[in-house]
Amino acid sequence: MKFERYGIGIVKGLSVTIRHMLRHPTVDQFPEQRLNISRRTRGNELIWSRERCTGCGTCAKTCPQGVIEIVTATNLADNKYEVEKYQVDTGYCIQCGLCVEACPYDALFMGYSYERAKYRRGDLVQANDELQESPERPASGYFHPDIAKKLPQQTLLVEKIVEKR
Amino acid sequence: MTTTEMMTLKTEPFVLNFGPVHPSTHGVYRMRATLDGEVIIDIEPVVGYLHRGIEKLAEERTYTGFIPLTDRLDYISPMSNNLAYCLAVEKLAGIKVPERAEYIRIIIAELQRLANHCVAVGSFLNDAGAYFTPFMYTFREREKIIDLFDMVCGQRLTYNYMRIGGVSQDIPEEFMPALKKLVDQLTRFIEEYERLLKQNEILLARAKDVGILPRETAINYGISGPVARASGVKWDLRKADPYSIYDRFEFDIPVGETGDCYDRYRVRIEEMRQSLRILKQAMKDIPSGPVKADVPHLVRPPAGEAYAHLEAPKGELGFYLVSDGSIAPYRCHIRPTSLINLGALREMVRGWKVADLIIIFGSIDITMGEVDR
Amino acid sequence: MTIADAVINSLPMQATVTPDWPGGYWWHWLFFTVLLIVFVLCMVMGAIYIERRGMARMQSRLGPNRTGPFGLLQAVADAIKVLLKENIVPDKADKLVHWLAPVIAFAPAMMIFAVVPFQDGALLADLNIGILYVVAISSVSTVGVFMAGWGSSNKYSLLGAMRNVAAVVSYEMPLVLAIVGVVMVAGSLSLNQIVLAQDIPFFLVQPLGFLIFFIAGCAEINRSPFDLMEADSELVAGFHTEYSGMKFAMFYLVEYAEAIAISAIIATIFLGGWRGPFLPDWLWFIVKVFVVFFLMVWTRTTLPRVRIDQLMALAWKFLFPLALINLFITAVQVMFWPPALPWLMVVVNIVIMVILVVSWSKFFKLGWGRLEV
Repeated sequence: MKFERYGIGIVKGLSVTIRHMLRHPTVDQFPEQRLNISRRTRGNELIWSRERCTGCGTCAKTCPQGVIEIVTATNLADNKYEVEKYQVDTGYCIQCGLCVEACPYDALFMGYSYERAKYRRGDLVQANDELQESPERPASGYFHPDIAKKLPQQTLLVEKIVEKR
Repeated sequence: MTTTEMMTLKTEPFVLNFGPVHPSTHGVYRMRATLDGEVIIDIEPVVGYLHRGIEKLAEERTYTGFIPLTDRLDYISPMSNNLAYCLAVEKLAGIKVPERAEYIRIIIAELQRLANHCVAVGSFLNDAGAYFTPFMYTFREREKIIDLFDMVCGQRLTYNYMRIGGVSQDIPEEFMPALKKLVDQLTRFIEEYERLLKQNEILLARAKDVGILPRETAINYGISGPVARASGVKWDLRKADPYSIYDRFEFDIPVGETGDCYDRYRVRIEEMRQSLRILKQAMKDIPSGPVKADVPHLVRPPAGEAYAHLEAPKGELGFYLVSDGSIAPYRCHIRPTSLINLGALREMVRGWKVADLIIIFGSIDITMGEVDR
Repeated sequence: MTIADAVINSLPMQATVTPDWPGGYWWHWLFFTVLLIVFVLCMVMGAIYIERRGMARMQSRLGPNRTGPFGLLQAVADAIKVLLKENIVPDKADKLVHWLAPVIAFAPAMMIFAVVPFQDGALLADLNIGILYVVAISSVSTVGVFMAGWGSSNKYSLLGAMRNVAAVVSYEMPLVLAIVGVVMVAGSLSLNQIVLAQDIPFFLVQPLGFLIFFIAGCAEINRSPFDLMEADSELVAGFHTEYSGMKFAMFYLVEYAEAIAISAIIATIFLGGWRGPFLPDWLWFIVKVFVVFFLMVWTRTTLPRVRIDQLMALAWKFLFPLALINLFITAVQVMFWPPALPWLMVVVNIVIMVILVVSWSKFFKLGWGRLEV
């Protein structure tokens, strides 16, 4: 490549930039238009299913951060473990998903949402019924292919995104 | 008139601190530069602002539980860190990885190399002064790659995707068509990007013959990766010590001649092209099958030690693991690519000016997460 | 009869105010002063809008589009925000110098507009030394910048201010020589006369002069690719690092007001001022100013920054000799070219410009290399 200095490189660069000006910008105007997030997203919360959980504690042992706290009591009438308290400190959780992967009874799901800031740090510690699935707390398809099929398709940037005004 | 002696101005060098918080040190890196006017006489690096004790934490996590922490080392290319660690544990425990998992690993690793070089080239040109334009273009392409990673494992930055014995989940069906489109778009993008900047006189004047790292110095300091290849050292772990199934693909290794900043930039662009070549071959040949070997979550490798290294986008990244048969490593040491590449900064920078310091530092491509661990 | 004779015989006698102005001298002065202040502020707001939206579209993103319809009130929002900030003065700073610097930097940018014609005869003061006044006044703002750098007691600011002074002093020479070429062809220093003499716009008659003036003008006002005085990625913010609140707003305003001023000068002496077919004259003037400003935005978006010694080398080794050669050729043409074939002169000048630019760049070294320390 010859090192020429009379300005042809600058002219080529200018032509690329001006051509970009005539193209569509790759932008999405956030609060009004939102892209669909991934079907397997590991969102900002953890969802627990009280019916399926048996209190085995595999998730608590697997978690690298140690955020899950389980207190069980033996229910002598039915002869099985009863989970008294299942508490997750979502402030320390790094959303790695190892607990969901490890649960043998498919009782844990990652959340599908991402705007879950709280006003107080104490509110980040969630227990028992706050962790159930509900319409405000949908579950994502991470390690649950049946749920993943029902969620909307992810918006990919390789397809053309047209900005609506 | 009597003769007067020449009045000379007394000058002395002064120390300028490029603090930990600075717009163009990539992360929290501090340099104390001794300047004489604009010319740099010496620099003294101060690192450690991002030390989190990851190597010590490894002794308290299980083998699988440590994988999310390896994401946080070189946070621009986390898949390579995951892969290096998994290779080390597999070598220690003697686990064989299924075929489909090997192909998926290669696809993901090459996509990660593309994404990393997008950041490297974009921020190099941003430091050179092109006011965010090349940065925006490369980040737009990186967004496309990150969308694919999001589809596969659910996160955009800390992936936690590789597991010991394979990968954690299979790729969904819409991955392959999207990857095909991505490869086409990236090929055209690199052509347009070259038009923007390859022959630009100002970039040539700023980066050609600036910050030359001679070949012998590079070998003596243990530099690896695109920095070494730009200095003429033809060393790439994918060809020299093939890991995974890289010996089945054909690709070239771009080597520079002079070792200046411009050569490092060119080497990275050429590596992006070669990665696209590997991706096309891998997409064609991928078999079906299981994606993870049958390895328990709490792996107990036999007592011993192993070192596994791979060609991360920044250089040679290695993990040295010592195991004593329990569920956590006894000792884990990481060969930090960026810290070792940073060792040559002092040699490269003396005699240049402040503006060149920034551009030379940007061309080495450092991530402080790896330097400080 | 040559062009020189034809022009000199047609110079009318100058008066500073046209005889049909109602109210005489003082009402004329008051009206134009208020008009100019409003004009400059509105043009600066328009310039900020064009720059942010234009640069954003070239980087494939949108600019500001939420404040006001299409984001037109963004500059107003910025001004209000800046007014509400606390005014912090460093402890060891020289208080008077620190306070006075923005004022001295801003006043000349406004004063340039006193001699720029909006319509035939519509000026604040129709001086017969118009362009000489412009050149003299525009150098005063450098004193303001240097005071800012010195009075901040900060090494970064001083470095930025020193670079600025060196650059402005070097680029005055080619700027003035390019102007002298135009003055020779037009036959008068008064800006109104220069506009009236442009039957063919002067950027065709003096293409080399236009190029030199554009490059030197960009360097004078610290715009990219010569914006190393406020290089964001090197010296945090250069000479206005220690400024906050309204004083920072003044520096910001100075940057855009000078850009508009240089665009106005280019529009007047090279593009034909207010002359044009269908629209009213002052509208043509505004359109031409914005076209030149868009050219500056375009080059800012695309090109990386030059280094300080490369900046000086460009001024002294490239622009200055070319400006001298341009002056010589223009003088020869003014004396001996027959006035009946002006378009042939255009073609000859363009050919000479191309030959000179292509061949001159081989003859000089752009900047020093590495110095031995």
